[in-house]
Amino acid sequence: MFPPLPNPTVQPTPAKFGEADLIRRSASSVPIPATMQTPVAKLIDVTKCIGCKACQVACLEWNDLTEKVGINHGVYDNPLDLTPDSFTVMRFTEWVNPESQNLEWLIRKDGCMHCADPGCLKACPAPGAIVQYSNGIVDFVHENCIGCGYCVKGCPFNIPRISKVDNKAYKCTLCSDRIAVGQGPACQKACPTQAIVFGTKDDMKKWADGRIKDLKSRGFKNAGLYDPPGVSGTHVMYVLHHADKPEIYAGLPNNPRISPIVELWKGVAKYAGLAAIGAFAAIGVLHHLVMGPNRVSSEDEQHAEELTGRRS
Amino acid sequence: MSSDDVASTDSVHPGKPVVVDRYTTGARINHWITATSLVLLAISGLALFHPVLFFLTGLFGGGQATRAIHPWIGVVLFFSFAGLFLRFWRLNLWKGADTTWLRRLNEVLGNRDHEDPDLVEIGKYNAGQKVVFWGMTLLIIILIGSGLVIWDQYFAEYTTLTQKQWAVLTHSLAAVVIICVWIVHVYAAIWVRGTISAMTRGKVTGGWAWRHHRKWLRELVTGKQDRNTGATPAE
Repeated sequence: MFPPLPNPTVQPTPAKFGEADLIRRSASSVPIPATMQTPVAKLIDVTKCIGCKACQVACLEWNDLTEKVGINHGVYDNPLDLTPDSFTVMRFTEWVNPESQNLEWLIRKDGCMHCADPGCLKACPAPGAIVQYSNGIVDFVHENCIGCGYCVKGCPFNIPRISKVDNKAYKCTLCSDRIAVGQGPACQKACPTQAIVFGTKDDMKKWADGRIKDLKSRGFKNAGLYDPPGVSGTHVMYVLHHADKPEIYAGLPNNPRISPIVELWKGVAKYAGLAAIGAFAAIGVLHHLVMGPNRVSSEDEQHAEELTGRRS
Repeated sequence: MSSDDVASTDSVHPGKPVVVDRYTTGARINHWITATSLVLLAISGLALFHPVLFFLTGLFGGGQATRAIHPWIGVVLFFSFAGLFLRFWRLNLWKGADTTWLRRLNEVLGNRDHEDPDLVEIGKYNAGQKVVFWGMTLLIIILIGSGLVIWDQYFAEYTTLTQKQWAVLTHSLAAVVIICVWIVHVYAAIWVRGTISAMTRGKVTGGWAWRHHRKWLRELVTGKQDRNTGATPAE
């Protein structure tokens, strides 16, 4: 058993991290923090998940959200997808293992992966609407959010959702407010099987190693850790029994990375675009300085008068 | 009277100087609604395109307001430009002479086009104006199309994420190009003196028409003559 995080004191404590610990800030730059926080991570052990959705409930509770009563779509997924209120959703997949012919019930807790290289932050045009702390948490700052939906396009995992109520983007905060005072995320706290554990990223990797060894000894030879390098690793990691094919877990991307389309849009296009506009304006000014205006001469007016006079 | 070089509402008034009606009041209002929309779209769009220009959202009442209003201005532009398109498309059809004009663009840019007999007999629009017209048309179609795909407030559920990514890239690149086309359009109107009055008061001088759109002027004059003489035989 992973040693549970101790309950916090009831005395108010100052936040362990804040504005001074930002390593990235959307559409703006931040000074390098004086001290770096220890990277944290949430480890979701898919192999231990029983699909009880306590994490979903805890997430709604802690974040003071109410998901509207939905529709039974004939599957366990409820709601069917992430929403501006449901930052996390259990995704259920019935998968027939081609080797054993066993029906395996794969249950993955979906939500923000807190990428080390966050596509949402890269795409965001509003200064300070998305921030990344040195401990790895990627957070949305709602007072700066303009609701454009660029973060949705930038995210390799299709996570953020735009609220129709206040037109702002929402996603898992990794309970940054709880972690700031030494607690673990609400979902982790609620998980009855320790399928969700929380700690430093190093500790989580070590814990995952033990789990993977255990799974391998039980015949899951492809068991492994999902910490995709395409986004420089994530601060939400999965232990998968079939880490060689993450896509069977309700479409978990095999090699997620910020889309090259987004890289082009937020990279070369941004600078080349302004340069092109500037160049056209400069060429105009230069042309006028060198060639001067194209003026109508008095002869032109005379010709016109002759033409109209002769004909009318 | 209507031909590929003259609009039925154009007319010439002899005098000193000769005055030529180039745009009706309706066409001018239509143009300025389009122009205002385009400028507002460029400002609000650029604000979301590059962080150094984000401060421009202040002109629209902040980021949220800019995000909300930009697509609606786009809708206004689309319909307003559609009006211009219906008014002007026939006179912007490409002709052989337009290719010659483009090939000799260096003479035009060197203010020497009025010395070249091949370049003076121009209808209501020269090849440069036609390129602007068709460029604007094509780009506005691309921009409204890609814009609808990324108008998440109303249309988010109709497209996939990859389609939205392509749309947002296309939208930004097309926007850059249309701003460049707009710079050409505005600069040409400033550089070729006597042009702006066409869109402000609707009139140009005969000398301007002679120098830049001689075929247009000739046809207007002969058309007037045709009208004067042609009124009687029917009776």
